[in-house]
Amino acid sequence: MMQNTENVLRIHEISKNLGGKAILKSCSLDVARGELKVLIGPSGAGKSTLLQCINCLIQPDSGEIWLNGQQLRRHDKKELCAFRTQVGMIFQDFNLFDHLTAEANVAVALRKVKGMNRHDALQRAREELGRVGLARRAALYPAQLSGGQKQRVAIARALAMDPTVILLDEPTSALDPELVGEVLAVIRDLARGGMTMVMATHQMDFARALATEILFMEQGVIIERGTPDALLAAGAGTRTQAFFTRLQDMGDESAS
Amino acid sequence: MIDTAFYMQEVLPALNKGLLISLALIVPAGIIGFVCGVALGVIRVFGGALPRKLGDWYTSLIRGVPLAVQLMMVYYALPHCGIYFDPYGAALLSFILCSAAYHSEYIRGALLSISQGQVRAAQALGMTMAQTVLWIIVPQAARRALPGCGNEIIYLIKYSSLAYLVTCMELMGEGKVLASDTFRYMEVFLAVGAYYLAMVTVATWILRWLEQHYAIPGFGSR
Amino acid sequence: MDSLITVWNALPFIVGGSLVTIATVCIALGMGLVFGVPLAVGQVYGSPVVQRLVGLYVWFFRGVPILVLLFLFFGLFVGLGLPVEPFLVSCVVLGLTSTAYQSQIFRGAIQSLPQGQLKAARALGMSDGAAIRSIILPQALRLSIPGWANEFSILLKDSAICYVLGTQEIMARTNFVAARTHEHLALFAAAGLLYCLITMVGLYLLRRLENKTHIPGYSTGMN
Ligand SMILES: Nc1ncnc2c1ncn2[C@@H]1O[C@H](COP(=O)(O)OP(=O)(O)O)[C@@H](O)[C@H]1O
Ligand SMILES: [Mg+2]
Repeated sequence: MMQNTENVLRIHEISKNLGGKAILKSCSLDVARGELKVLIGPSGAGKSTLLQCINCLIQPDSGEIWLNGQQLRRHDKKELCAFRTQVGMIFQDFNLFDHLTAEANVAVALRKVKGMNRHDALQRAREELGRVGLARRAALYPAQLSGGQKQRVAIARALAMDPTVILLDEPTSALDPELVGEVLAVIRDLARGGMTMVMATHQMDFARALATEILFMEQGVIIERGTPDALLAAGAGTRTQAFFTRLQDMGDESAS
Repeated sequence: MIDTAFYMQEVLPALNKGLLISLALIVPAGIIGFVCGVALGVIRVFGGALPRKLGDWYTSLIRGVPLAVQLMMVYYALPHCGIYFDPYGAALLSFILCSAAYHSEYIRGALLSISQGQVRAAQALGMTMAQTVLWIIVPQAARRALPGCGNEIIYLIKYSSLAYLVTCMELMGEGKVLASDTFRYMEVFLAVGAYYLAMVTVATWILRWLEQHYAIPGFGSR
Repeated sequence: MDSLITVWNALPFIVGGSLVTIATVCIALGMGLVFGVPLAVGQVYGSPVVQRLVGLYVWFFRGVPILVLLFLFFGLFVGLGLPVEPFLVSCVVLGLTSTAYQSQIFRGAIQSLPQGQLKAARALGMSDGAAIRSIILPQALRLSIPGWANEFSILLKDSAICYVLGTQEIMARTNFVAARTHEHLALFAAAGLLYCLITMVGLYLLRRLENKTHIPGYSTGMN
């Protein structure tokens, strides 16, 4: 089969069973350069599992993963590590290294994985922190940062590796409402700058404005996919739209 | 009131001699015990099912039995199995076996306290498991274990006095002989106590300095 | 086989010693509780002088080995002309040491309570004494149970050292039989198991106590 070279990342029929239950059932996904794919769906649908299967933090039971036209041999440890340096990941709960300052958090993989020297790594780290608006917080430890700042450090940490694609797992779900904006702004800038991303989120307005494609997941299956305009058009009658409306109602309720 | 001559001429020379033996017990037992404790703790967290179970059993056994009984076992009982130790060797071995178990408890707790998320984050950045352990887990676990392991060293200093029970002539032993000879228990053991207090206090300072030197804002005060 | 018979014959004698061991531990634990609580309160809420004095006491009894303290107090009893009863000296030494350790357990528990508790009690018009007695201590003592369980097992093991004065507890009796029969291995193994057994029973009872005093939403992390 010919590979579409435009596809940076190609996920083919990934399945995963956990605890005797099928969590992912043949999920496929093609991501072209500069695209932002948004995964939505109720909690427990399998979004986190799918994202973590893509970089094999959870080893899928079956399926193929292709990056830049090359299939990943996912049981080859060395190849897997190299693959992961090219696939950035942002977690819901940040997962910063608690014993390292913000800049060291960004620099540690540059030094230990990419073999950069300390000086260059720190310089690069400061540049990336500047990009997410945290130049002045570089010397602080995670415990001294707000949630929004932590997540921006995590984004800088992923960006520093010059990833081909970034996976984001509900990057704003653990944040206080007033801090969501600063993180979304960074991600928006990345999208506009042409970064290839796959993102799980409940931020529907953000998805509507920026997604190239929305994938709606339920019980381990991607049941709907399409552009935001197609899926969310008034009267489209899609599951995506019903979900969207329900989220909005809940938002209105808690606001009033 | 204070018999200076007695102290200068009899107590201090004897105790200084004993102090050297005590240090010769404490320092190696502290270092080797800690290293073995780290190994045991790592096995109890990352080992296979069987090594893990064995490690857990060993630790509960050692922690359930008084050190005095362990010393008696090594010194008086092992010879029945054809294994002989001189008093110093028996004491040293018991101290190592014992403190390894106690250290492993803190190491294990520290290793378990590192969030799984950070391990995932490290792997998502392309680190190998070895790199993750070396650069992410160990630096944090070491800080978490430091207070407990430090306490264990303090205990070791104090319990090194039990070496006297198997006739090892360290600080306590020298003191006991002198006290029995002169029957001046109060004076002699006040001095012995002062020696131990000094050792414990210095060790406490060093440990506090280490803790502060390696302290990270907001870390460890879970 | 012979050694098993020896152990079997000596068992009633040695197990009898566990009564002395348990008595020593209970007295020392009780003494530590009675004196440790006021020391802790003094160290947290007392004047600077009181805090200093408590700190000095704790420093001394946590810094000097039990073995040294036993002989020191032996000398002290002789010097004061008190009856040198090994059991009594053992209880006093273990009790005073445990006081030092327990005061630190209670202090930690008191300090881990939210600041607002004392303020709220004062706002209700309670005196500081009443607030500490009826608001702070009931919570702090509950939080202290796991630390207390730990202190129990440490005391139990420390009590084995008291045989040097001739207290007729497990260790002394085991030593006595071993010196005559030369069955050290089997006898000390039996003694070790006996200590393990007492530890387990004691910890089980303390866990029952913890469950009994449990308050919903209050976790001490012992289970
Ligand atoms: N280790 C596991 N063992 C068994 N079931 C799991 C495990 N991890 C996740 N699951 C289940 O997988 C489903 C999908 O989880 P997840 O991917 O986290 O969903 P989402 O991120 O969409 O909320 C959930 O029903 C969850 O209970
Ligand atoms: Mg999720």
